[in-house]
Amino acid sequence: MRENVVIRTVVRLAVPFIQIFALYVIVHGASGAGGGFQGGVVFASSFILMTIAFDLAYTRRRIGSRGTMICSALGIAIFAGVGILCILYTGNFLEYGVIEAALGIPHLHGYLIDLVEAGIGITVMAVMTSIIYDMANRGGRSA
Amino acid sequence: MRKKALIAVIFIGIILFWAVEDMPAFGDPESPATRHTGAMYIERSYADVGIDNIVTAILASYRGFDTFGEVVVIFTAGMSVILLLRRGGRL
Repeated sequence: MRENVVIRTVVRLAVPFIQIFALYVIVHGASGAGGGFQGGVVFASSFILMTIAFDLAYTRRRIGSRGTMICSALGIAIFAGVGILCILYTGNFLEYGVIEAALGIPHLHGYLIDLVEAGIGITVMAVMTSIIYDMANRGGRSA
Repeated sequence: MRKKALIAVIFIGIILFWAVEDMPAFGDPESPATRHTGAMYIERSYADVGIDNIVTAILASYRGFDTFGEVVVIFTAGMSVILLLRRGGRL
């Protein structure tokens, strides 16, 4: 199902800006309004828009089912990895201060929070996209 | 059946509106939520965490384990949708 040429052209123009804005929201989480959950949903909305304007196969060529599953696990792995890194530096789980104290790099705490936000964003984006793939798919094989 | 549902909704609605009376006013500086931990976060979060956004400081640092649980919940929801809706093919 392909919509008419105006919708397809507008979506083709809008999607890069939506994705840039999503990355901005994720990265801006530490210093202003934003964060991983919001940015991940905005990023997924660009794929949802592509699915509405084009078809499922078009969006699947950008990020496939395997891609969404790998990304959804990868985001949690980043979050848990940062937490376990804190344990390796003899702190508690997600106690970022011990890494900053051990390495002596200023503002490392903020950068680790950015990394955690990025992990949240990757997971939320992948899960939202995966749900849309399964709900838009009308039977048949979903590889 | 619809009449019973309507009665239940109206009854629960009356209880909820009754409970709203006891809530503190919006932005009330004397409410319990702003008197205890709120002031502590505003005073100490920059010194503790070193980022400007207090909400993110609470979300990712003070309540980091809770946020980890939230992300796992979202992941579990995605896996549940895949298990329930995805037909054919390997997982």
